[in-house]
Amino acid sequence: MALNELKFEYKNEKSVSIKKEWSHLGVVGSGDMEVLMEKKDLGGAVQVKVVTPVTGFDKVWNLVLEKFIKSSNLGNVSIEINDNNATPVVVSMRLRQALAEANKVNGGEE
Amino acid sequence: MGEDRVWDSLKRDTDERMRKAAPLVKEGKIVAAKDTVALLEAVIRPHDKVNLEGNNQKQADFLAECLCKVDPSKVYGLHMVQSVLALPSHLDVFEKGIAKKVDYSFSGPQAGRLAQFVREGKIELGAIHTYLELFARYFADLTPRVALIVAYEADKEGNLYTGFNTEDTPVIVEATKFRQGIVIAQVNKIVDKLPRVDIPADWVDFVIEAPKPFYIEPLFTRDPALITDTHVLMGMMALKGIYGEYEVQRLNHGVGFFTAAIELLLPTYGEELGLKGKICSYWALNPHPTMIPAIESGWVKAIHCFGGELGMEEYVKARSDVFFIGPDGTLRSNRAFSQTAGHYAMDMFIGGTLQFDKYGNSSTATANRIAGFGGAPNMGCDPKGRRHVTGSWLKCGSEFGMQEQMLGNMPRGKKLVVQMQETFKEKLEPAFLEELDAWKLMKNANLELPPVMIYADDLTHIVTEEGIAYIHKCRTLEERMAAVRAVAGFTAIGLQADEKENAELREKGIVKTPEDLGIDITRANRSLLAAKSIKELVEWSGGLYNPPARFRNW
Repeated sequence: MALNELKFEYKNEKSVSIKKEWSHLGVVGSGDMEVLMEKKDLGGAVQVKVVTPVTGFDKVWNLVLEKFIKSSNLGNVSIEINDNNATPVVVSMRLRQALAEANKVNGGEE
Repeated sequence: MGEDRVWDSLKRDTDERMRKAAPLVKEGKIVAAKDTVALLEAVIRPHDKVNLEGNNQKQADFLAECLCKVDPSKVYGLHMVQSVLALPSHLDVFEKGIAKKVDYSFSGPQAGRLAQFVREGKIELGAIHTYLELFARYFADLTPRVALIVAYEADKEGNLYTGFNTEDTPVIVEATKFRQGIVIAQVNKIVDKLPRVDIPADWVDFVIEAPKPFYIEPLFTRDPALITDTHVLMGMMALKGIYGEYEVQRLNHGVGFFTAAIELLLPTYGEELGLKGKICSYWALNPHPTMIPAIESGWVKAIHCFGGELGMEEYVKARSDVFFIGPDGTLRSNRAFSQTAGHYAMDMFIGGTLQFDKYGNSSTATANRIAGFGGAPNMGCDPKGRRHVTGSWLKCGSEFGMQEQMLGNMPRGKKLVVQMQETFKEKLEPAFLEELDAWKLMKNANLELPPVMIYADDLTHIVTEEGIAYIHKCRTLEERMAAVRAVAGFTAIGLQADEKENAELREKGIVKTPEDLGIDITRANRSLLAAKSIKELVEWSGGLYNPPARFRNW
């Protein structure tokens, strides 16, 4: 299974980073993916690296990621996604769940 | 006037056929399995309408195989009227030239081959029906001359025990026998005394003990292990935004994983929402194993079943307050009555589909498979003859945005017809399309209409992972299309959505996202399911549920 590596970068006006230094969520099971989020000084930007076996969906990846990062107002975060044929549905959900996980401090919310 | 005319030609013809078959009868109405082909050749005439019993559960498989073995120079041009085309033999009979035309309802496993036969001219396709529609036509223009049916047991007088899997038998026999037709039953066993009589001997002409028990498909068993977090999320949305919102007490579930997830969320998330007793009391439903936790937790008052489900026999027997049980203690299913309940007595139909078009029409048809309808469109429609009132029916009707344009100031209720689908299916195929594949199938199979499972004017709600579209609230077609786009995610249809328009739809309550519904998406996790595997379903049932071997992986 040949893997493709896709890279994206986004920037929000007044962004906020995640609370934890780094965070991990998900498993690379069939139809699923894992997300690693890491706090990083990127001048306010968000960098995303996607490793996926799927080709021809770069545009959809961009749309899904853009929507997520815009709505969550993220900045200064490096995101790594290892994908195994997750649908855009699963990608959106995992990203939102990963963000919630990354903002938990000492096991508590927010 | 009428003196020269014969008024009992059907009876005379039947008598003649019966005389031809008489030498094959051993004792009472019993014919030996080895004489079955000869029996069929004796009682079936060319161009007869013949019913071959079988549905998505039980199958008269031995009689189906024997029908393929009759001499095509004696028996040919048959017009088959039957619920399903499911077994290879159901199509072999056309390949051999014994049958020519078919009127049917559902053809899951044989759908591809059926399309090929239609293209090659091997089958003349009458019409594709819902189950209830086909049964209705048995009493009009599609009455079988001969019915080949299936039961568990017979006595030698010809009384039949169909028990747990009664399903379509009563309606077929009623139509056939009371129009002077001939009824032949294959049974697993001929016994001295039946547990109960489901079909009286008067209505049965021949019984045959088949060499092996009839085939049954466990179609309604869904393994909770295959339910995903997305199914859970959509189930949470449906429970809060539809079941709870409309307080739906009477309903039917489709067969897919979306509704299996909902069944398993009732004792957990449903309980948490305080919905116990307010929703889901009465069902037209097969005995779904995934209903066990909800039944055990006291959610369900009554379930009437279309058919049986392999492995659920003992559980159902032990829950006679919930299911419809005979004097012998076992379930009596009945597809015709359950479909009637599903049409008239249910306030909601909810199930999965494969494709939506931009207007909200939905279909499970693909370009090269004539899969048929089964029961879904009968339940997934607003029954225009309904007159009785319930709270959820009235509420849905009061929200109907186009009612005034149709009825002026006249109030009327509306059934909830809900379709669930993720915006992208497996292999990243979009679920929302400009045009349904049903149009391609229409051309490929030479149909007069695209086979649509649920029309947009019957549909009230679409649930995707993006949210719920309450499309019945829309006042114009344009607004409906905008509501469809709003929940179509990143599909080509969804990408045409306008942010401002979406905001307006959310403002009006026509579209609700998980956030609008107050659902914490991070909780959408399999851990919320009351059972996560078949094994846990067995545990919930106290060991009464006995899953088929293929579902036992422990």
